[in-house]
Amino acid sequence: MTIGFFARRLDDLMQMLGRAPRRIGKADKTAEALALEAFKRTPEERRRRLDAIRAEEAEGVVSHKWRIRRWASILAVNGLFVASFWVDLQLVEGALTASRVLGFHFADLNSSLQLMLAHGHVVLNLLIGVTTVLLLYLFFGGRAFCSWVCPYHLVSEIAEMVHLKLAARGLVTDHDLDRRLRPVMFVVFAALAFGSGYTLFETISPVGILSRGMTYGTVAALLWVGVLLLVEVFWSRRFWCRYVCPIGLTYGFVGLATPVRVLWDAEKCLHEGKCRQVCLVPHVLETTKLGRSSDVRSPIGSDCTRCAMCLDVCPSGALSFDIAGITRRPPPGVPGQPAREDA
Amino acid sequence: MTEDKTSTPSDDGLDRFGEDRRRLLRSAAVGGAITCAALAGLWREKAMAGAPRLRPPGALDEERFLAACIKCGQCVQVCPIRAVKLADLGDGIGNGVPYIDPRTQACDFSCDATQCILACPTGALSHEIDHKEQVKMGKAKLVVADACLARKGKGFTGTARGAAFPGVLRYPEIDRWKAQPVAGQKYALDLCDLCVRHCPIEGAIRLEPLAADTTGKSKTPVVEANCVGCGVCEMMCPAEPVAIRVEVSTTGRETGGPHA
Repeated sequence: MTIGFFARRLDDLMQMLGRAPRRIGKADKTAEALALEAFKRTPEERRRRLDAIRAEEAEGVVSHKWRIRRWASILAVNGLFVASFWVDLQLVEGALTASRVLGFHFADLNSSLQLMLAHGHVVLNLLIGVTTVLLLYLFFGGRAFCSWVCPYHLVSEIAEMVHLKLAARGLVTDHDLDRRLRPVMFVVFAALAFGSGYTLFETISPVGILSRGMTYGTVAALLWVGVLLLVEVFWSRRFWCRYVCPIGLTYGFVGLATPVRVLWDAEKCLHEGKCRQVCLVPHVLETTKLGRSSDVRSPIGSDCTRCAMCLDVCPSGALSFDIAGITRRPPPGVPGQPAREDA
Repeated sequence: MTEDKTSTPSDDGLDRFGEDRRRLLRSAAVGGAITCAALAGLWREKAMAGAPRLRPPGALDEERFLAACIKCGQCVQVCPIRAVKLADLGDGIGNGVPYIDPRTQACDFSCDATQCILACPTGALSHEIDHKEQVKMGKAKLVVADACLARKGKGFTGTARGAAFPGVLRYPEIDRWKAQPVAGQKYALDLCDLCVRHCPIEGAIRLEPLAADTTGKSKTPVVEANCVGCGVCEMMCPAEPVAIRVEVSTTGRETGGPHA
């Protein structure tokens, strides 16, 4: 049990560091998962799934529930920074690198790490800020920072929409990169900070640049953010978040031990793969392919930003938010029996 | 995931090999480019070394200050007169780091000193300092002596920097707590002494008769060792070009403790 737990976490970590998701052998699957898989491969069940997919595509309903909530969250958090300065609201002062929220110190984990490497000296306030943020994202799910707070995520999402529109017309193609680039860049930025004695990553971090630009009017630096967005529109979809950003990877590490996650339910899944098409980090959804899951229900890996784009796009409700140890669910049904009714 | 059904297995294998290699090359190129972009900030810093920025009170020595600043702007938030600003892209690794442009808005210690220091979460503004006399941002210097009105024996009438000047200054005789617009204060002085009159540090600057002067009216500003470099004299100097400026200290800022 505990060995399985650590093995899963290690697997999760390796995937986040760029290893391709591995196939799962029969021996590693639960009896329920094998039974469900066999049932789903029967001709009748295949036909039923195909019919369901066609019906759902004919209907063409797309939900934006989670995106609306998430964008509202990003705008609210960053709006509070701006308003705290411009109308002296004094609720969230500073920038996303470090701030004071109602007087309490908050400090970004990666910014603080870079600073510690460059400066070699830590003051208590920074340590308090780091601990607060660490505890916050230990609960809310590591990379939840990325999709619920980070302003670059929002502009990058819009750039992605443009990219996908252009790609659909054949005007641009996505050039994917090797996912191992991100851990490499994490080490490069850490080494640069340690070697040069300056937090060089901060100079080019679009997160800090946007956060400060909105609040303090340092707008020339937004040119760099513009360059990154152009690259994302015309050359490589979401390349900064996917392959470069050390902030995302830092929060990803936090996400290794976090209770809030997305849970996938094989019983409801039609395996059409829409979730993987919209996902920023599709490798975490490998488990949703038929025959790739070890269990009937699988938590999505720590690289997941909890953005819930997959929840919005999933027509069968196979993906949902879950708090480990708190959310209660009925036990899986028996394959072949009429599907259980969820309210 | 998407399989090309038309290609033969061997084609497919070759293609995949080529695509893998191209992806690896692309990734290396992107990694290299991003690293260069980060390093470019360092080069810009070297280019700026000739014209260092005036940093907020309590700033560590420049190199350590740049390393320790987390670029959050909390010092900007708390400054009641908005003397502290954040640098932009042109400052390279100084991007997002606070500075003061004293000619536009000097730090007059309106906050009774060290609000920015208290706000700093990383100690880049040294927490060792807790009153204004300990600050060592720089030192004022008479740079264009010929422009100085006092040296010419001239008085000054009008507003120090013109009616459109946006800067503010604490005039304790008007309001102990709230800084007033400089543009709202009219002067009628027999001999210009604005730099001395508004200096927030006791005895940091004084006017001394010019030895060569025969009329006995001309005087010259003399900056003492306890000048902290706040830049109020630079902001208030009515001469154009400005006669007195702060020479920025990049080292020796950290000693804390009272001046000798």
